[in-house]
Amino acid sequence: MTKHGARRTGLPFVLWIPGVVALALVVLPVVGLIVRSDLGNLPNLITSPGAVHALDLSLRTAVVATVLCLVLGGPLAVLLARSTMPGLRVVRALVLLPLVLPPVVGGLALLYLFGRAGFGGKLLYEAFGLRLSFSTTAVVLAQTFVAMPFLVVGLEGALRTAGERYEAVAATLGAGPWTVFRRVTVPLVLPAIGSGLVLCFARAMGEFGATITFAGSLEGVTRTLPLEVYTLAETDVDSAVAVSLLLVVVSIVVIVVARPRAVEGRL
Amino acid sequence: MNRVKLTAVLAAVAFAAGACTSSDAAQSGRTGGQLIVLAAASLTESFGRLEKQFEAAHPGVDVKISFGGSSALVQQIVNGAPADVFASADQKNMDKLTQAGLNDGPPRVFAVNELEIAVAPGNPKKIASFADLAKDGTTVVVCAEQVPCGSATKKVEDATGTRLKPVSEEQDVKSVLNKVTSGEADAGLVYVTDVNSARGKVDGVAFPEAGKALNDYPIVAVKDAPQAALAREFVDFVLGDQGKAALTGAGFRLP
Repeated sequence: MTKHGARRTGLPFVLWIPGVVALALVVLPVVGLIVRSDLGNLPNLITSPGAVHALDLSLRTAVVATVLCLVLGGPLAVLLARSTMPGLRVVRALVLLPLVLPPVVGGLALLYLFGRAGFGGKLLYEAFGLRLSFSTTAVVLAQTFVAMPFLVVGLEGALRTAGERYEAVAATLGAGPWTVFRRVTVPLVLPAIGSGLVLCFARAMGEFGATITFAGSLEGVTRTLPLEVYTLAETDVDSAVAVSLLLVVVSIVVIVVARPRAVEGRL
Repeated sequence: MNRVKLTAVLAAVAFAAGACTSSDAAQSGRTGGQLIVLAAASLTESFGRLEKQFEAAHPGVDVKISFGGSSALVQQIVNGAPADVFASADQKNMDKLTQAGLNDGPPRVFAVNELEIAVAPGNPKKIASFADLAKDGTTVVVCAEQVPCGSATKKVEDATGTRLKPVSEEQDVKSVLNKVTSGEADAGLVYVTDVNSARGKVDGVAFPEAGKALNDYPIVAVKDAPQAALAREFVDFVLGDQGKAALTGAGFRLP
């Protein structure tokens, strides 16, 4: 097959069958979506006010959620990788929770914490007069909740792989903890931060279950692209398919432009 | 080497095709007496009762009811979901089924529902009319216009000239009710039957304009249903005396 084919151990033949099935399973549904779409009418469908509002809202909320993932999740990853505090293994497992929890359960949990009747919600209202439910803030919160583990897990892994040697050397040369963090730790894991952010953004863009449970669905306020697809699918399948294609395009752009290194296995 | 690859691809395709047919077989190989009913979310209580009564009258029959937004349900049937009976919360979604030619005989209207305002117990916000919902500081949740309860809401808005500013447009009527029972919203526009189902957790405020947007509930057996005879029996049962009793008990009007 390749120049080195002779020297390489050949791939077991049986891998081809499940491999091709797996690929078909990933690719064919998207093909199905494209086949079903009304391509001639596509420009009209994806520029409808509902779709434009949803795209705008999705981009804005996903960007804010991604920034929150970095600002909150980044430090957490560093602590998890470097701190020697007891009980860290438990914390590490807890951080994974949103990754394995069905998003709708996450949404319910958020609702009962930050909703009007939840204790967090009551606290926020009495202290600051803030109401989270049904607001764009609720959308961002739901997205951050589901997306943060992607950054924390990836970054923590990168930090552990990179090891503490350079940091130790910097410290012996007289650098304080903050300087070591800024000049050694962060540059070392910059690629991992990049890929983590891309994954966070993609996950935030696709968030559905937690959003519809916690934030509701209202055009321009809480109805993001996935919610728009869900609402449209009730009556107007052509528009739903068109908006779905828009999401597919956004996803492909994310993958192509900022090819996450984590996915390529060279963290 | 290339030929090997080609064989592998072909084998994979054959395998995939085989997997498809075998899953089809598994789907149609349902147990003898299983009747699948897809019904509008607002029928949860009444059809839940009828399910037990029908099963009691037909030993060995297992009625499975899937409740959801009518538009989502009709889409499932059109896309090939197994179903024997479809009960819709409005005519529009039933029309989608008949247009697809998937009805066994003409649909029949079995119940009529009207909107009511659901509020927290004791009505702390003192909501007394439809117009009160448009007042500032009142958090209102409604159904999205795409689902029956939402189009009924729209009709009332058009008839009264009152424009609501809902904080959320939910996908089905039970989600609206949940937003009120959980205290997230001050008021929600739901059906009389939903208020009845949540007695104690919400109070209902009736308003005369609701009469402008009555919803007819049609039911039909699905064409070529796996349980065609049983499906027709279930439809007759819903239209019969026991059906009427369960429906009026839940707050429906009869056609």
